[in-house]
Amino acid sequence: MNILLTALGVMAVLAILLGAILGFASVRFRVDADPLVDQIDAILPQTQCGQCGHPGCRPYAEAIASGEADINQCPPGGEDGIRKLAELLGVDFKPFDGDAAEPKPKSVARIDEATCIGCTLCIQACPVDAIVGAAKQMHTVIESECTGCELCLAPCPVDCIRMVPLGTSVETWKWRYPVIPIRTIKA
Amino acid sequence: MMYAPYLARPTTVSTVMFKVLAALLPAIATSVWVFGVGVLVQLALASVTALVTEALMLRARAVPVAPFLKDGSALLTAWLLALSMPPLGVWWLIVVATAFAIVFGKQLYGGLGNNPFNPAMVGFAMAIVAFPAQMAAWGIPHGPLSALDQLGWIFARELPAHLTLDAISSATPLDYLKTHIAPDMSATQVMASPLFGHFGGAGSEWVAFAYVAGGLYLLQQKVIAWHTPVAMLGALGLIAALMHLADPWYYSGAPFHLAAGATMLAAFFIVTDPVSAPVSARGRLIFGAGVGVLVYVIRVFGGYPDAAAFSVLLMNIATPLIDRYTRPPSFGAANRKRKEKSR
Amino acid sequence: MRQLYRFHGGIHPPEFKELSNGTPIVSPPLPARLVVPVSQHLGAPAKPCVAVGEAVLKGQLIACADGRVSAAVHAPTSGRVVAVGEADVAHPSGLLQTCISIETDGLDAWIEKTPLPNWQEADNETVRAFLRDMGVVGQGGAVFPTALKLGVSHLDTLIVNGAECEPFISCDDRLMRERAQEIVEGVRIAGTLTGAREMLIGVEDNKPEAIAALTAACAGTPIEVVSVPTLYPSGGAKQLIRILTGKEVPHGMRSTDFGVQCFNVGTLYSLKRAIVDGEPVISRIVTLTGELERCGNAEVLLGTPVEHLLAWAGVNTRCDGVIVGGPMMGFPLESRVAGVGKAVNCLIARSDTLLPPRPPAMPCIRCGACADACPAQLQPMELYWHAKAREFGPAQEANLFDCIECGACSYVCPSQLPLVDFYKFAKDEIWAAERDKKAADRARARHEFRQFRIERDKTEKAERLAARAATPAPAATPDAAKADAIRAAMAKAAERKADVAPPTEDAKRAAIKAAMARAAAKKAEQQDAGTPPKPALDDAKRAAIEAAMARAAAKKAEQQGTATSEAEAVPAPAPKPAIDDTKRAAIEAAMARAAAKKAEQQSTATSEAEAVPASAPKPAIDDAKRAAIEAAMARAAARKAEQQGAAAAEAEAAPAPAPKPAIDDAKRAAIEAAMARAAAKKAEREAQKGQDPQP
Repeated sequence: MNILLTALGVMAVLAILLGAILGFASVRFRVDADPLVDQIDAILPQTQCGQCGHPGCRPYAEAIASGEADINQCPPGGEDGIRKLAELLGVDFKPFDGDAAEPKPKSVARIDEATCIGCTLCIQACPVDAIVGAAKQMHTVIESECTGCELCLAPCPVDCIRMVPLGTSVETWKWRYPVIPIRTIKA
Repeated sequence: MMYAPYLARPTTVSTVMFKVLAALLPAIATSVWVFGVGVLVQLALASVTALVTEALMLRARAVPVAPFLKDGSALLTAWLLALSMPPLGVWWLIVVATAFAIVFGKQLYGGLGNNPFNPAMVGFAMAIVAFPAQMAAWGIPHGPLSALDQLGWIFARELPAHLTLDAISSATPLDYLKTHIAPDMSATQVMASPLFGHFGGAGSEWVAFAYVAGGLYLLQQKVIAWHTPVAMLGALGLIAALMHLADPWYYSGAPFHLAAGATMLAAFFIVTDPVSAPVSARGRLIFGAGVGVLVYVIRVFGGYPDAAAFSVLLMNIATPLIDRYTRPPSFGAANRKRKEKSR
Repeated sequence: MRQLYRFHGGIHPPEFKELSNGTPIVSPPLPARLVVPVSQHLGAPAKPCVAVGEAVLKGQLIACADGRVSAAVHAPTSGRVVAVGEADVAHPSGLLQTCISIETDGLDAWIEKTPLPNWQEADNETVRAFLRDMGVVGQGGAVFPTALKLGVSHLDTLIVNGAECEPFISCDDRLMRERAQEIVEGVRIAGTLTGAREMLIGVEDNKPEAIAALTAACAGTPIEVVSVPTLYPSGGAKQLIRILTGKEVPHGMRSTDFGVQCFNVGTLYSLKRAIVDGEPVISRIVTLTGELERCGNAEVLLGTPVEHLLAWAGVNTRCDGVIVGGPMMGFPLESRVAGVGKAVNCLIARSDTLLPPRPPAMPCIRCGACADACPAQLQPMELYWHAKAREFGPAQEANLFDCIECGACSYVCPSQLPLVDFYKFAKDEIWAAERDKKAADRARARHEFRQFRIERDKTEKAERLAARAATPAPAATPDAAKADAIRAAMAKAAERKADVAPPTEDAKRAAIKAAMARAAAKKAEQQDAGTPPKPALDDAKRAAIEAAMARAAAKKAEQQGTATSEAEAVPAPAPKPAIDDTKRAAIEAAMARAAAKKAEQQSTATSEAEAVPASAPKPAIDDAKRAAIEAAMARAAARKAEQQGAAAAEAEAAPAPAPKPAIDDAKRAAIEAAMARAAAKKAEREAQKGQDPQP
């Protein structure tokens, strides 16, 4: 009987002690926000285009973090983006779905000023305030801020916005991957 | 048009490999003098097997065969393996070991430049683990067999009528020492046997010197760096000398360990294999010293008489780690740290 | 004898300098046309400041420095500007860049030279501005604006780089032999400007004549000529600093932090020419070598087409390409019509016999030869593996950016790998990723601010409504007016809806209507075609006249008082003066308010003037903390709005050539057409919707 009581007592003391330690740790070392969402959000291209089916990049990041969404839903991020997400989350790389939108070359929206009627609908649609203009006045896109999300295309009642692919300039030109014919595979 | 630099030293991988092969020639000649034409037979068997296996594997991997056969790396693996195997070993032993070395030691990892282990040592380790009996019978230096008899023995295991197995083969000095040393038999007494020659084995010690000569040629040609051989021989010699000082009864001295077995072959031709060894100078020192210590430990305390193969393979495993932690600081890195600190 | 230091690694490639260093510098004949790039230096391209057709004199400014990190460009000879636009330049990408083409008149008439004789009295800032406007940049290869490197005082050591370590090149060698006096003068000027205690000229010992000439010229000056052992790449600035002073300047730090600054001999020569003789940088010495009849060095006017130089020097039939720069760090020239820039120190006419192609590459065997040769003490094979596998993070950890791309590793590689190509690839990828990251961060900030603003507007509106509901009496009369306006607006909206409704019933009619509308629009456009801004806008040249348009638009906008952009930029309390017609403004506002009331999600459907303006003067926020944040954000918004203002103003220029009634008619017609088109679009969509379920 005595042994039993001692055992119980020891167990109880241990339980209290460990519980206290755990409780203290959870308060002391608490992580404020969910850093995973931030990390995912940092990888996403921030076009806010909604092609992933979420209203913006952060909601998509939250969906990935909670396991609701797959990592291969972001066409602007490209395969590179998927690879980074896969690495961050420790999952396998997954190519884009067959029916998903294909990644496109980076473009910016351009308003055909002659056709624009100044309806402000595109201004409201732009997720990054990259369109300026006022009611009944012509609008224009600030190219350097445009993410190429294409969200302004649909609302335009007169179809005066088109996407202009950004060409390569000397500043953005990249050295190509060197090709060494080591493994010329015979046909 | 290619990009810069448009000037390049004409050295190629084949140049490097054939220089190493050339550096092996004195040792081959000495071996033939000591052990007979059996050595040449082993070399020929290994070479043919290596080239055939390499070609088949390259074809299976859909890689152009010709440039990789011409680079000489398969031949080098074959020669190194043949020189570490018993000179009078049965023919299929060297064939199996070479094929294993090429297939499992090299090609399955992606071929030239991608093997984490020294292929020759992979083949040797396989042979000694799988065929200990065949590997133990080492030829007697300047043995009684004629060239023709050696061929008969290697290919058909047929001996001339007047000879027995014991007459043509014996244990290696390392093996002999390991099995004969006892509380009533000191290392010095054991080594009084004629088997031991002057330092590390009758006959085989001259082969060791030939390896040193070849190694010096490679050093002069800047094909190998001094770090690995010096570190390996230094570590092995130092530990042997210290142990000998501590207890001369059981532990033989540094000269024996340096001259015996495959020490010199390993020091100048195996641990200097660039693919499976670290690259930085510090890394090479660590790698060489590690091999040296392991060789001693396995020889003296382990279950195998010689240990070069296992030591090299064990250190090969550590190579990426060594490389990672011995990356030399880049130009001005010390200054950068100092400036950052002062800020 | 000075104590010299060693840098790690280095190689001894064959020199090939004797091809070109035996003959004096000559001047090639004047080409018929010069193609002068505006970006011949590191930093912002210079801004062209001449018009097509304009006559220019030799030395006349044709493109001015744009910002701090930039340098001016001058006419290399007299003639007429025939084009300002994209043309081939000597760049590895082969992309076109802005160039100013000058048709030479053969007179070579100088503009009045403007030296800076009293540079010793002038302050450092003045001298630097002068050098920038004279287009003086580093001629060693990096073409960094020299003015920026002179902004130091009390330098320990001024190092002059005459090492010229790369094979084939001998332009500095010849310059030092023939114009040592002027170089030394340049060194003295630079030494005085930087307050250097010690001035050293480092020359590789394979150029004894240059060393002798410089030593003679330096007699009686505190400048010391130091012969350094020949070892590629001792001409790298960091390597030369190490050799002469023992100091190692790490990547990402300035050499001035260590009391050292390094200039190329050619740079100091042009600096002397600018300050003492008043001649801007309009030419440079270029080594012409390789498969040529007459190899040698030429004083080439900037913008001279490479083709012209090669023809003059006589190209062999063996030549199958041109390398710009040396054989170690140069690049193949994509187009021979490109003009020579300030960075072009050497042109090699290559052939397979001169520079044999490399044997086929083999896999890396980790031999470490590259690490032994690397002057930056890197582990090149490691960088290669990472770059090859596109592992850019680890590559950066392995100090990829310490690489000076000298090519020593690739030179010694027994596997014959193009190592430097891999590093350039990896660096460019990392820079591109960095750019994307920055853009993404900016987009995130803008998006978050936008969401914050929408949220804030919503709460403010709710608060205002609550306040109005609480105190209905005081604002009775205006409210009544507003109510009227709202009713009117709603009626109008209903009308519009009714307008839209019929087409949804009949897609055919809608299509006809749309076609008609389009025709009307076309007519309107044709009417407008007489006014210049429109075709210009349609044109791709729009970018070129952007600045001018923005200016004009700003002026016009001010006159018209329709500058909504101002309403945006200045935190105005209400968009009162935004639209000339006050009546319309009231209706507009009312409509917006009505819309807001109708649907809360559509509260953002207020006019842009309400959407973006800085909310600084709105004290209606309860929380003090939030107010502070908002103030900060508003400040940022105001700054942005200023930029946007310019854009908006420019945007306005297009549809508003003048407020004349006739054009107003056209405009109205266009608007009507557009509205019709909108209706048609909706109808089409409806029609599609209707059709969709069937198949």
